[in-house]
Amino acid sequence: MTTVVRAGLRRAKIELRLQIMSPMVLVALLGPAIMLGILWWLRDSPVMDSALSVGQFLVPAYLAFGIISGGVLGVSGEITTERDDGTLLRAKTVPHAMTGHLIAKFFASIVTTLLPMAVIIIGAAFLVEGVTPTTAWGWIRLLLLSILTIAAMLPLGAVLGSVFKGPIALLWTTMVIYGLCAVSGLFYPVTALPGWLQAIAQIFPVYWLGLGFRSVILPAEAVALEIGESWRTWETFGMLGIWVVIGLVLAPIALRRMSRRQSGSALASARERVLTRGY
Amino acid sequence: MTDQQPAIRTSHLQMQYGATRVLDDVTVTIGRGEVVALLGPNGAGKTTTIEILEGFRVPSAGEVSVLGETPHTAGEHWRARVGVVLQSWRDHGKWRVGEFLDYLGMYYADYATPEVERPWPTTDLIERVGLGGKTLRRLDRLSGGERRRLDVAVGLLGRPEVLFLDEPTAGFDPQARRDFHELVRSLSDLETTILLTTHDLTEAELLASRILVLAGGTIVADGSPDDLRDRMSATASVRFRRDGRLHTESTEDPVAYLRTVLAEPGEIEDLEVRRASLEEAYLTLVHQVETGAETDPARFGILPDGPGPDDEADDSTESPEREGA
Repeated sequence: MTTVVRAGLRRAKIELRLQIMSPMVLVALLGPAIMLGILWWLRDSPVMDSALSVGQFLVPAYLAFGIISGGVLGVSGEITTERDDGTLLRAKTVPHAMTGHLIAKFFASIVTTLLPMAVIIIGAAFLVEGVTPTTAWGWIRLLLLSILTIAAMLPLGAVLGSVFKGPIALLWTTMVIYGLCAVSGLFYPVTALPGWLQAIAQIFPVYWLGLGFRSVILPAEAVALEIGESWRTWETFGMLGIWVVIGLVLAPIALRRMSRRQSGSALASARERVLTRGY
Repeated sequence: MTDQQPAIRTSHLQMQYGATRVLDDVTVTIGRGEVVALLGPNGAGKTTTIEILEGFRVPSAGEVSVLGETPHTAGEHWRARVGVVLQSWRDHGKWRVGEFLDYLGMYYADYATPEVERPWPTTDLIERVGLGGKTLRRLDRLSGGERRRLDVAVGLLGRPEVLFLDEPTAGFDPQARRDFHELVRSLSDLETTILLTTHDLTEAELLASRILVLAGGTIVADGSPDDLRDRMSATASVRFRRDGRLHTESTEDPVAYLRTVLAEPGEIEDLEVRRASLEEAYLTLVHQVETGAETDPARFGILPDGPGPDDEADDSTESPEREGA
């Protein structure tokens, strides 16, 4: 078993090196850079007559969004690509390599998700007031929350990447998730939404991700903008915990099902599709 | 390595996709160390057969055993004893040859025995498949032929007991094809059982000590290239001039025919007795089997496809090297 873990770590290292050396890293950093620009620009506009500025309110939103896009969209996109180019089939032909592959994906995704978040939190600390935890306990809570939310998002990304076939399906996934972000009160207070929409939003993890980050990052007064004027810390952990469990149950099933369907001819027809349709 | 089981054994293997039957009855036994070519026109079910043997597909009916285990239920330990070289792999484009083999090799370390070193040391393996000096080359910068050599290297990493090669030279230019044939023939000293699929008779003849002809979902011929020539090319054509006039005759018994010809009066010139070539015989055979399909033997190699999902696989291999990153 240690062999598999070592091989997985080796793979994670190589994949991370390739990502950091590629021009894509600039694109990945462009997002946080633009976000920081917006934060600075909106640092003085108040949110709904509160003492809170839009700039402040957006910091936890960006952190939550970073975890969602890195964890869910990043991982599902990678799995779709790896299925079409034969990476997963390759792993299937080598003993235990599929397990090693997932271990690598797990570690590499944590790093690639946390890096842009670090850029945002450090940048925001300089640009906007009152957006960093003020106590050591606050930082620890931020770290714990990041780990919990990544743990909730990665398996969901693996499930979506395994279930949906091809880039078009991925586009739909992306749109659904953006839609969820829109109704989950990530970018403006959830209490500004109609009650039925609030009820729907609370089923999905996106809302709880946002709430969690707001509770850790924003000053205590900001709780006035939340449902029931409470941070609902226990509910947040409970709901995210449930989504972690759902992900961990579904991910192996979905991955195994997808992996079973990998074969040379499945790969060839994917290739054919790319050659004839261009995607 | 010492057990007496055959490397591959199938019995009444069937594969059906919906209403389409791709494999009808494939029954075959392949012994340890044999180099066997599975030959057949496109759409005959070669890819389906080899994918069942590789454990990537579950047959609809029949029995299959590779190294004594059922491939689609066998575990990772079995996987370590089998090497797979597929068509149209374009994964890990940004990785370098050396690090790619080093990484995949790690998984075989647990399967080393006092007698057999596993994985095969990367540097030796790179030399062995003819990629010497390309250790630092990115995978997407390799030519089509080099890429397939690397795939063979991956297939050999764990020093497998059985190696599967699916259409390994599809889309190669003649030089790359010849180089690749050299490589496959050089593997004969490994005591590895090799099963390769091809629709090219010449390739099958060159590489394999035994040819299985798959057509219409069953094995229609099985033997060494010489056996097949004897068995399949039953007819011979006899050509000669008598008194300046050209005679040609196609006969199954040229000796008897010549006896009667020579017994007749007249001067015989330019006598020529020619066995039908293996290729002619093969094409006739395939044509006979594929009744219903409008096959034109002269256009062999681009025969119209029979039904079945593995058509796509066969077709799309026409030019794998065109593929970029």
